[in-house]
Amino acid sequence: MKITRRTFLKVSGATAAGTVMGGLGFDLSPAEVYAQELRIKGAKETTTICCYCSVGCGIIVHTDAKGKVINAEGDPDHPISEGALCAKGASSYQIAVNENRLQKVLYRAPYSSAWKEVKWEWALEKIAANIKKSRDASFMEKNAKGQVVNRTNGIASVGSAALDNEECWLYSKFLRSLGLIYIEHQARI
Amino acid sequence: MTNHYIDFRNADVILNMGGNVAENHPVSFKWIQAAKDKGAIFIHVDPRFTRTSTKADIFVRLRSGTDIAFLGGMIKYILDNNLYDEFYVKNYTNASFIVNPKYGFDDGLFSGYDPNKRVYDKSTWALEKDENGIPKRDMSLQDPRCVFQLLKKHYSRYTPEKVTEITGTPTDDLLKVYKAYSSTGAPDKAGTVLYAMGWCQHTVGVQNIRAMSIIQTLLSNMGIAGGGINALRGESNVQGSTDAGLLFHIWPAYLPTPQAHLATLVDYNKTTPASKDPRSVNWWKNRPKYVASYLKSVFGEKANKENDFGYGWMPKLDTGQDASWLNLFDEMYKGTFTGFFAWGMNPACSGAHSGKVRQAMTKLDWMVNVNVFDSETGSFWKGPGMDPKKIKTEVFQLPCAASMEKEGSISNSGRWMQWRYKASNPPGEAKPDGDIIYDLFKKVRALYEKDKGALPAPILSLKWDYETSGHFDIHKVAKEINGYFLEDIPEHPADKKAYKKGTLLPSFVFLLDDGRTSCGSWIYSASYTEAGNMAARRKKTDPTGLGLYPEWSWCWPVNRRIIYNRASVDLEGNPRDLKRPLLKWDAEGKKWIGDVPDNAVPPMGTTGAFPFIMKPDGVASLFGPGLNDGPFPEHYEPLECPIEKNLMSNQRISPVIKIFEGGLDKFTTCDPKYPFVCTTYRVTEHWQTGVLTRWLPWLIEAEPQMFCEMSLELAKLRGINNGDRVIVQTSRGKLEAVAIVTSRFKPFNIAGQTVHQIGIPWHFGWLHPKDGGESANLLTPTVGDPNTMIPESKAFMANVSRLTKQPSAQPAKKATKS
Repeated sequence: MKITRRTFLKVSGATAAGTVMGGLGFDLSPAEVYAQELRIKGAKETTTICCYCSVGCGIIVHTDAKGKVINAEGDPDHPISEGALCAKGASSYQIAVNENRLQKVLYRAPYSSAWKEVKWEWALEKIAANIKKSRDASFMEKNAKGQVVNRTNGIASVGSAALDNEECWLYSKFLRSLGLIYIEHQARI
Repeated sequence: MTNHYIDFRNADVILNMGGNVAENHPVSFKWIQAAKDKGAIFIHVDPRFTRTSTKADIFVRLRSGTDIAFLGGMIKYILDNNLYDEFYVKNYTNASFIVNPKYGFDDGLFSGYDPNKRVYDKSTWALEKDENGIPKRDMSLQDPRCVFQLLKKHYSRYTPEKVTEITGTPTDDLLKVYKAYSSTGAPDKAGTVLYAMGWCQHTVGVQNIRAMSIIQTLLSNMGIAGGGINALRGESNVQGSTDAGLLFHIWPAYLPTPQAHLATLVDYNKTTPASKDPRSVNWWKNRPKYVASYLKSVFGEKANKENDFGYGWMPKLDTGQDASWLNLFDEMYKGTFTGFFAWGMNPACSGAHSGKVRQAMTKLDWMVNVNVFDSETGSFWKGPGMDPKKIKTEVFQLPCAASMEKEGSISNSGRWMQWRYKASNPPGEAKPDGDIIYDLFKKVRALYEKDKGALPAPILSLKWDYETSGHFDIHKVAKEINGYFLEDIPEHPADKKAYKKGTLLPSFVFLLDDGRTSCGSWIYSASYTEAGNMAARRKKTDPTGLGLYPEWSWCWPVNRRIIYNRASVDLEGNPRDLKRPLLKWDAEGKKWIGDVPDNAVPPMGTTGAFPFIMKPDGVASLFGPGLNDGPFPEHYEPLECPIEKNLMSNQRISPVIKIFEGGLDKFTTCDPKYPFVCTTYRVTEHWQTGVLTRWLPWLIEAEPQMFCEMSLELAKLRGINNGDRVIVQTSRGKLEAVAIVTSRFKPFNIAGQTVHQIGIPWHFGWLHPKDGGESANLLTPTVGDPNTMIPESKAFMANVSRLTKQPSAQPAKKATKS
């Protein structure tokens, strides 16, 4: 039997009941294993891929009965990372559980010195109105040479390698339907 | 990457140059270690000794910005000592091709240069063709105008002594690297290269990589297990976001953005790459199918043959227009834009010359910033030097879900598309980006339905039906990207089989140019088929034993794990490396066994085709006539450099880079006020501008603030002690940092002159933590590569001096690095 970290934990967890650790060749403090199992006992496991660099390491996220993230650790089944994570990946639990997360839609009016909390509906409608105003004012059907270009010169976008593939594709479609040509993101820099 | 992370273990020699793999892609290092455990040699070439260097069998230093000199010397070494793979070079590269007699190179300039416009007329670089339009070749490689002879001539100037003068790398060190790496020219040896922004972020960035590509093809390291050109890349989905066409010059899947002179789809399709050589697959000949199918995925039923599938509605660039990052922010600074989206980005810290970027944002009427945490971009209006009362920009800061709070896929550098599941709800009112985009477009469309405004057709005709039970459904987008049959097809031209309307495409091989198929991104076709979501697969079979794991996730294109893999076999289809057979032709079964072949044509010796199917000529380009700065890589100094004269020619800097002048753009060379070469880099504990790491308590405790690394010699020269507060300054900006005085940096001897180099990380910003320091990009220049316009952040001139008044608020104990 090939001993992976996961099976090792299972085996060593079982032996913590009092038998010798047969066949593994070395000892691991049963108490440590017991403590680790307790923290995520009964938790739901969800697999994800690390959001930082582009190695694409596997992560298992543990959530409690209320759906709160209680742990995130390397996915031992993942063929690239084999359970390993770097300092960033190993900290990804703190992205989910972090009091500094943006939780409200914030609005800063022109010349204002402060944010104001607003509703999604209000913000999206106002952004949409801004888009239309900027687009209508800057839309160019023909360029100086008289060639049809059908583009919006007055809006630009940057982003994002932080989105999922499907979101990137949707965003690209959204921007081009508006007529944007100034479309850039992290890959350029 | 042409290859993938696990494949590092298959290499005999691994070169990490222009990167710091141990610190910036830490987990991938296990596969370098696995190679080392089997006896592989690991080489690290870098200006600085890093944790990567500690694990290297050979570590050598070079001055930032001199990689082409270093690699040019290696090309010469390989050619002089006949270490190239002759079979591979003759059959799979353009070494034997004959170049136009007007091609020339003199004192740093290729033929066709226009000094007024600072551009090349590339017509003199063309490859000659015979009366049938097939490239002329001399298989003996003796013709003085053949690529091989021109390559030899060009790099004859890159002698070890000259390279040492330019790079500062001692000649013995150079030769150690050259010897070790060129040992992989044998057909049964594999050498791989791992690079990152240390190669890209230069005014010669593309040519840095071209130089290594020449080496990899000379040594037969392309298309094999344990080889390839492998960009490590810095963001979890920067591969996928590029694939999705979030850049000005490409639509999804690398279809060129149309330009104004291509008025109709017929005009656009006339620019489809063509080849008259029957042995060249020229895969891009299929482009018209991909374009029509993409437009069908954009406009759905509103796209038809009669209206060019909506081609006319899509925005067009002026011919030759460059709308890339540096130009974008230059235009913003000039007031061109009223509106701006910074979606999942922090340009106030990530953009070169960030001071200019921040000023540019004050010129906007409105900005939408979407992120997981607050950033220097969303809050730019209250940043250092800003007076909110004078800034008109209306800012919307939208809270989005983190990666484990939504479902979807991302693509790593090895092109593996991996599915992520949702573990928890986002906090508060935060929403997944996909939901925000989806809802926002519906609001815009509602306005255009009410009041038409400018050209409403593309907005009103957009296919936007990705919901289930009233909620945005990411699976529907994933399927749209894969593509559908839009009509019943009784006998498909590809396989004579019948396909039903509304079913998912098995792969892009089934795409048609007549509107009967849709596909959002042809390279992702086959990722979500009638058999299910391929990216979600978790089966760990490994039939080749090479770690390809063909049933784990999915890999573009068509699950091919190593690109150009037919270059790994001989003309009969037998593996050239019996230890690592990647593909083998089964003559009886008439099929390839192993990885998914780069086109299933039979071996070249029979009726087959050249292996480099994405190149019009079918072979690897030792001579690259398409780039803006020359068909061969040539050493030029960075825009800001420490020496008056390029030791290789009288062209100090690349003759074709765009010089941004006026306003806030300033540059200095050989200016005693800014005497040191400066480079930017990352640390393991932070990521990019730090938006996703500075707010995490564990990470910010580990790396709390901005620092500046310098050599013991430079510290002595400047009277700086380890832990002192210092000012790092360029002609564009300055910032405070903690001095790390270390032997990791050493002064270089450049042509008899001592040149010091310093280094700074770029993860910090004024917003958080309060004493963490500012962005390194306040210092970097607005200048980019002439092909890609990627900024030159890895080599610029700076000064460092001790901050005489040490602020009491700064606890000295935080500065005990060594």
